[in-house]
Amino acid sequence: MATTIGLSNAEKSEASAFGLSKITLYQLLSILGLFALWEIGGLVPISVAFPTFSETTVALFEMIADGRMIAAYADTLKPLLIGIGISAGFGVTLGVAMGLNRRFQWFWEPIFIVLQAAPVAALIPLITFIYGIGLAAKVVAVIILALPIIVLNSYKAVRNASASLIQMCQSFQGTRLQQIWKVIIPNASPVIFAGLRLGVAAGFIGVILAELLITPTGIGDLITYHRSVAEYAEMYAAVFSVIVFSAITVGSLERAETRFFRPDKKVGR
Amino acid sequence: MPTSLQSMPRADDGAPVSKTENIVEVRDITKFYGTDVHALEKINLGIPVGQMTTFLGPSGCGKTTLLKIIAGLLEPTSGEILIKGAPVSGPGPERAFVFQDFALLPWATVLRNVAFGLELRHEAKNEREKVARHYIAEVGISGFEQKYPHELSGGMRQRVGLARALAVNAEVLLMDEPFSAVDEQTRRKFQEDLLHLLAVEKKTVIFVTHSIEEAVYLSDQIVLLSPRPGRIHSIIRPEISRDAGPDEIRRDKNYLDHVEEIWQDLRKYLE
Ligand SMILES: Nc1ncnc2c1ncn2[C@@H]1O[C@H](COP(=O)(O)OP(=O)(O)OP(=O)(O)O)[C@@H](O)[C@H]1O
Ligand SMILES: [Mg+2]
Repeated sequence: MATTIGLSNAEKSEASAFGLSKITLYQLLSILGLFALWEIGGLVPISVAFPTFSETTVALFEMIADGRMIAAYADTLKPLLIGIGISAGFGVTLGVAMGLNRRFQWFWEPIFIVLQAAPVAALIPLITFIYGIGLAAKVVAVIILALPIIVLNSYKAVRNASASLIQMCQSFQGTRLQQIWKVIIPNASPVIFAGLRLGVAAGFIGVILAELLITPTGIGDLITYHRSVAEYAEMYAAVFSVIVFSAITVGSLERAETRFFRPDKKVGR
Repeated sequence: MPTSLQSMPRADDGAPVSKTENIVEVRDITKFYGTDVHALEKINLGIPVGQMTTFLGPSGCGKTTLLKIIAGLLEPTSGEILIKGAPVSGPGPERAFVFQDFALLPWATVLRNVAFGLELRHEAKNEREKVARHYIAEVGISGFEQKYPHELSGGMRQRVGLARALAVNAEVLLMDEPFSAVDEQTRRKFQEDLLHLLAVEKKTVIFVTHSIEEAVYLSDQIVLLSPRPGRIHSIIRPEISRDAGPDEIRRDKNYLDHVEEIWQDLRKYLE
């Protein structure tokens, strides 16, 4: 539990020590370095199927401009949003319940531990067998990947809630409900949110896997199609866009968290 | 010991005056953790109203355990706690706890933390913040209302914990080593502020400490506990006049004698 929080706190204290610009500078350097390596790798070339960064970027903007990318995202986002919505709502609720109640924990924990360890790509044929090749199958693929992470993180977050704060709430005669809403959940929220972020990232993997392995639609279709006609710049542009999109989504979740749940973490930035 | 006198009117039964003045009575409290950790053995104790009582004893002798049992945060294995003559189980509005590790909500401002006890009682926001501001001023941290706990020093956090306990207007304050996390200067300043505050607020205080000097300096009554299982070794009433200044008290013969006497008692346990 402490690792994720401790890390982000360390980053933040650095920010206050050196000022924001220095952090941003290093982050930019890291990204630019990656792009430079990519460009060099494409120029060498590592393989004919590996385009340079600049070719990929050009292809990306073309695809955005002619609307292909946007249409593809409209397709991909639908199962993703439904799947993430269900996983987040159900996952956080179940995880919190497991943290608060031993029986829930005993019953559900093994199921999600097994699910989390399962090789999901191997399960996808099974999903098609049960749910067909439509939207439902893709939603299920997202849920299978996202739900266990969200449940297990929420559960651990609640289980590790500060005993001393709970006792404090008791000493002021807080009811069990007040204890849960005013102490346990805010106390657990950083880890719950870490789980949500990981769950969203896993959901992206799930939806792309489903689009590659079940029926090619959306981004998965773009990737499959451009590979089959050997337009590698376009293919990588599609892959690259997923990474960027996923990173932006996860980043905004973090902002939403600090803003609405943990105002204390904003101080000193 | 009798459990027949549960009902309130104990004052008329001709009991000695000192008994009726006890706001808290500890009756035959025994505590086991599990089956083999014997923390407390038959503790009997009266806490006089409006006075400062200190629990002093070697580490692990059960001071925190006893304090938390009085607070209603721990169940005794046997025995009972009476508040104003009536047995209680669990925390109640007449007692407020000041935690050794402060136990402040990290995501709440000082203002909300101090008002938290009142928030749990569903007091209106305006009302509880007014009370909170009053006690924030009283413990000397005005101007920090909108800060978060991690922006405060240890001593200031402890003051927030104290203000929160004062804000619920409980008659009995229970403090577990409230000064152990602060440096010596802050500690002395805090001790003086506390004495001053208690003279104003007229609270009954039960206080756990490791420091003999602190106990003698602050207390009306010192309860010396023996090592595990904790028993009452002796009860000492230093009766130090608080009219003198803090530095004079610390040079006072009576004060120094008590410190020495307690030290001789406690030293036996170290050998
Ligand atoms: N939850 C627990 N489970 C088992 N044993 C415990 C528990 N809490 C305390 N004990 C044991 O009970 C004894 C009394 O503990 P307590 O914390 O009351 O001591 P203390 O006098 O406050 O010590 P210190 O001065 O170090 O704070 C100790 O030996 C401790 O190991
Ligand atoms: Mg203790």
